[in-house]
Formats: sequence, structure tokens, C-alpha cells
Amino acid sequence: MSPQQKLASAIGGVVALLVVATIVGEILRRRTRDPGAAAVVENLVARIRAWWGMVAIFAVAFALGKYATIAMFSAVSFFALREFITLTPTRKADHRALSLAFFVAIPAQYVLIATNWYGLFAIFIPVYGFLLLPSISALSGDADGFLERSAKIQWGVMIAVYCVSHVPALLTLQIPGYAGQNALLLFYLVLVVQMSDVLQYVCGKLFGKTKVAPVFSPSKTLEGLLGGGAGAVAIGAAMAWMTPFTTLQSAGMALVIVVMGFLGGLVLSGVKRSLGVKDWGAMIKGHGGMLDRMDSVIFAAPIFFHATRHFFT
Amino acid sequence: MWLSTLLIGSVRALLGASAHWEGSAPTLAQRIYFANHTSHIDTIALWSALPAPLRERTRPVAAADYWGVDPVRRYIALSGLNAVLIDRARAEDGADPLAPLQEALSAGQSLILFPEGTRGTEASPGPFKSGLYHLAQRHPEIELIPVYLENLHRSLPKGTFFPVPLICTVRFGAPLKRFGGEEKPMFLDRARDAVVALAR
Repeated sequence: MSPQQKLASAIGGVVALLVVATIVGEILRRRTRDPGAAAVVENLVARIRAWWGMVAIFAVAFALGKYATIAMFSAVSFFALREFITLTPTRKADHRALSLAFFVAIPAQYVLIATNWYGLFAIFIPVYGFLLLPSISALSGDADGFLERSAKIQWGVMIAVYCVSHVPALLTLQIPGYAGQNALLLFYLVLVVQMSDVLQYVCGKLFGKTKVAPVFSPSKTLEGLLGGGAGAVAIGAAMAWMTPFTTLQSAGMALVIVVMGFLGGLVLSGVKRSLGVKDWGAMIKGHGGMLDRMDSVIFAAPIFFHATRHFFT
Repeated sequence: MWLSTLLIGSVRALLGASAHWEGSAPTLAQRIYFANHTSHIDTIALWSALPAPLRERTRPVAAADYWGVDPVRRYIALSGLNAVLIDRARAEDGADPLAPLQEALSAGQSLILFPEGTRGTEASPGPFKSGLYHLAQRHPEIELIPVYLENLHRSLPKGTFFPVPLICTVRFGAPLKRFGGEEKPMFLDRARDAVVALAR
């Protein structure tokens, strides 16, 4: 298969899956009478609708090419950082640092991807952002809660900009024998993460008994994690044809993605808890905010990127 | 008007500025919307949170000594926002500073008013000036809608020139109850409390 054919069949497969999910959702909605169950079904239907939107956006970005995909993820970073900073208490003295984070750090990070400048891409935020953003806040001369404020801003930028930017950075990897197919790698990452989330949710609802993180994430169960994780690894292995990996390597990569995705959900729900909120926002109906939908991808992307870069380039 | 579209579009892209109607509904009734004031984007944020048919008949009230001083600001205020300009300092010849507002209200238009008269720096509004009381006295039939603008004091605080994108919400409360013969300080306190009650 040519790369275009592979991408078309991958997107076609997801569309077929969503058609089935949409039909099942509609049937469930007509049959469900119990109000408690109806709320669950409503949420499911809203989620399926949001996935349609996501697939549509992805399809358009892929069709328009590398730069459109990079631009799309810079918008994801913008919205994610906006959600993070909205919920994070900062002071007027941080105003300039925050403006720079939004209007300089985000564009710069994505321009570095577009221009293939890996060396600076990898350190721009962890080194330059880390040193300069608090310096700018310090120049405003307000020491109240300075460490907390600086730490929170850096955390937000790392999560919403640095980590997210590793998804489109997959497009820049030069993998021998895989030229022109990197969009598939990005697709693979997002597919495994999403399937892992869905299957963990479904397995948890069906078999869930043992809470795995009662304080951080009461809905996560051991049964859901193991069942959903195993399902996602199997799907990852079956998708080896669209990757530069062998079937076994693809299962291993999917396992890394599943584990990091689980940890991402856990850590970001801990952050939400410490900020005293349930959802990051209300941007995507049924999913909460951008960060609620991206939490697993955010943790999986950098590790998947570096694992692929280390072993396959 | 292209400028209105541009202003509303950029405020929505940066701040969301979504409307939450809590206690009142977006109807065409003639109203005075009164809100807390912390940033230069407040007017556009509140204005763009209104549905288009309401926006067409709602005019923000802006200070002539800021928005009327140079051609650019004047153009933005008058053409972009359809604002009513008022003199904050009472004119020397004893002219009624509320006259332009009276005129707009008599023409059936709604108004957006920031009764603090100036921008504050805190999440809660400062004391209200008496303009709202006088307008309410003269127009007992007009609905007085308290509005709370959330997060704008963080997005573009006084003394800064570039907004930080934060999700800002615009909360519309229930119409302020009218009591015949209520004293001015009581009324203004009650109006301010109605705005504060919408903050969380």
C-alpha cells in the first residue's frame, strides 16, 4: 500500500467504527428509560459526536499536509494553556510572562518543529522558558507566592505547549524506509490513546471492582486498566502495518502509550483536584475541556516520540 | 460594520466571552445592563456576549475623556461599538452629564453601564456612582440587569496593554427589584451586591 492508501484505510476504519458507535448510541438512547442510565448514554452520544469532530479535523489537517497539522496543534496548545492558566491563580506581576508564554512561546515552539530545528525544539521550553519566564515575573517586583506562581506557569507551559508539541513533532522524524508516512505515526499514537481510554472506560463499567486510585481518580479500576490496556495493546499490535514497527515492537510501543496515557490521566486529575475543579473547561461537549480530552496524549506523546526517535532513526 | 465584527471576533477567539444567563433571559426588553469594570475589553466582552438582535439595540456607555480624545479611539467607540460618550466630570455650564443617556433611553435603546465610573483592580467591584440611581429613577419601566464579568481583571488589568488569553464568562443576573422611595445609598449598595452575588 502507498502511504496515501494506508492513511485512507486507517481513517476509513475509524469512520466505520464511529458509524457503528453512532448507531449503537442511537439505539441505546431510544431504549434507555432509567434516568441514571440515560445520563450515561447522553454523555456517550456527546462523546461520539466529539470524536466525529476530531476525526474531521484530523482528516482535514492530514489532507492539507504537514504545516496545517503543525498549525492545528499550535491551536490545541493555545486552548490547553488558556484552560490551565484560567484555573491557576496568578498575579498582575505575571502578566508579561503570561503574554510571552501565549504569544511567543507557542508560536516559537511550533516554528521550531516546522523548520526541523530539533536541538532547540527539545530545550526551548525546559531551558529557556524555565529560566526566562520567572525572570520576567521577578522584574515586576512582586514576591508574594513567587515560587508557587513561577512553578505553576512553568507547569502549564510544559504540559500545554511542550508536551502537546511532541505530537506534530512526529512528522519531523526521519525513519529509514518510512519517508512520507509520518502522518500515520501520529494517527497511530492518537488511535491507541483514544482506544485505551474508551476500552478502559468500558471494561471499568462492565467488570470494575478494585479502585486503583481512589483519591485521584475514583472511576479508574484495576479491571478497567488491565482489560482496556490489553485491548489497546492488541489494537496497537494489529496496526503494525501502518507503522515502521514489527508486530511485537508495535505491541511494545502501544504498551508504553497505554501506561503513559494512564499516568497522564492520573496526574492531571490530581492537578484538577488541587485546583478544586472537576473539568478543565466546557469546550468539547461530553468531554469537558481540551485538557480533559488531551490528558493521556500529553503524557504519551513525548515518550513515544523519544522512543521512536531513539530506536528507529 | 466590519470593525464590530473584528472586535467581537477577536474577543471571542481570545477570551471566549460566553454568556451565562442566570435569572434573566436574553429578551428584547429595554434594559440597563450594569457591570463591574476592570479592563478596557469589558465593554466588548459584554457586548459580544449579547445575541446579535439584542446587541443591535444596546449601546455601551463610555467616558468621553478617554474614548473621545483622539480620532482612533473615537472611531472605535462610535463606529465599532456604537457607544454613547459621556463626560465624567460635570460640565462647567451645569449641563446634565446624563443627557446623552436619557436621549438613548428615550429612543428605546438599552445601555451598558459601568457604575463604578472607573476601572478597578480587584475581582469585586468598588462603590457605585450615582448615575445608575438617577437613570433608574427617571425610567422605572426599564429592567436593570446586573452583570458580572469574570476574569477580565486578570486578562487585561489596569496598566497593561496586551491581553492574556483567559476564559472569561459574562454572567447575567435577575433584574434588580425596584422599591418606591428607596434612598440613593441603599439602592446603590443593593445594585452593587447584585453584581457581587454573581461572582463565585
